[in-house]
Amino acid sequence: MTTTIAATTDEAVAGVEDGSTVLVGGFGLAGMPFDLIDALIRQGARDLTVVSNNAGNGDVGLAALLKAGRVRKVICSFPRQSDSYVFDELYRAGRVELEVVPQGTLAERMRAGGAGIGGFYSPVGVGTPLAAGKETREIDGRTYVLEFPITGDVALISAHRADTLGNLVYRKTARNFGPVMATAAATVVAQVTEIVEPGTIDPETVVTPGIFVDRLVRAEARRLTVEGARR
Amino acid sequence: MTSSVPERAHRPPLTTDELAARIARDIPAGSYVNLGIGRPTRIAEHLSPDAGIVLHTENGMLGMGPAATGDAVDTDLTNAGKVPVTELPGAAYFHHADSFAMMRGGHLDVCVLGAFQVSVDGDLANWHTGDPDAIPAVGGAMDLAVGAKEVLVMMKLFTRDGAAKLVPACTYPLTGQACVRRVYTDHGVFEPGPDGVKVLETYGATVAELRDRLGVDLRR
Repeated sequence: MTTTIAATTDEAVAGVEDGSTVLVGGFGLAGMPFDLIDALIRQGARDLTVVSNNAGNGDVGLAALLKAGRVRKVICSFPRQSDSYVFDELYRAGRVELEVVPQGTLAERMRAGGAGIGGFYSPVGVGTPLAAGKETREIDGRTYVLEFPITGDVALISAHRADTLGNLVYRKTARNFGPVMATAAATVVAQVTEIVEPGTIDPETVVTPGIFVDRLVRAEARRLTVEGARR
Repeated sequence: MTSSVPERAHRPPLTTDELAARIARDIPAGSYVNLGIGRPTRIAEHLSPDAGIVLHTENGMLGMGPAATGDAVDTDLTNAGKVPVTELPGAAYFHHADSFAMMRGGHLDVCVLGAFQVSVDGDLANWHTGDPDAIPAVGGAMDLAVGAKEVLVMMKLFTRDGAAKLVPACTYPLTGQACVRRVYTDHGVFEPGPDGVKVLETYGATVAELRDRLGVDLRR
């Protein structure tokens, strides 16, 4: 279905159910959909499985969702950072589960999920604890491990500009997981700093075509530094 | 066996900056290079601007420039360590699946990673100490270890407690198997492999002294 434009972030995240798997864009703070996460906290869904590169930075964005006690499990590549204290405390208290996935495998599992691929063989992680118990296969003399797709019930991503059809353009390294997550969830919600009329964005520069985007909402860019993310 | 290994026993071990410069000298002109977070990022300061080396950052950029300061800081433009950086002319942005296809698909010429341990046959351990209290975090380390055409390690040869980090077999959980091409350390440069470790040069110690301290055989 074509993209709808929500008037508020609350409207944009309406209907997220308890127990959902939520793909959350961003690499650290760059590309983090802060306003959508704040709206999700207000919306109240709990028992969530969150798929994201990190497990929250400072007190904002994903860290705030964790702090609010809404997350049952985090699937990510790099939870532990100098400012991941919210996650660290929950994890050490046994209040959140963790699945660590190599970063490229995380991206590719979502890419596969969004592309209708049932699984793929990757050389990454072979012989390490992260491949323990997984099926392996030798192809042309090299050992690969079978990885399964990841899909979400919802994806919350942040992009730079959109047109009203949902075509997205990102900004610099804030692009990161956005385009992959946009393909891999049943409902994809994008917050953008500007929504323009069709024809305004050069079709050659569209990164995420609108077919992947279900809901759009405008929100000011929150350009937070690492220091600024601490409350 | 005659030695052609430069043994610079009478000078101190390399400083971090000297080590970064030493590694920079070995990176071929025209390479696509990923420098791991932490100390390997310092290698960038020693790459010749004329060498045409293009830096890749896993969070979606080729043509990464130096760290950004002052007004140049843009929170949408960071490196893998989440430090604000700059873009060079000819830079390109891309999403995460493409970024890691560049690694896994063998398009990246060189990566330089830090390490907790490297084994004599080139196994790498650099993501997890296995300590039950530690929170495991792998990031892109496994993808780089498997994907880059040449995996170089930059590390101190001994821990603060004096334990060797070039070891007969890694005791920490592995990042990748038999993936390390060369190990650059403050005390010397080594090539692990199926036939054991070849020593290329030493700093602040002789080959014999290092063999003794490491407890592993070192070929010349």
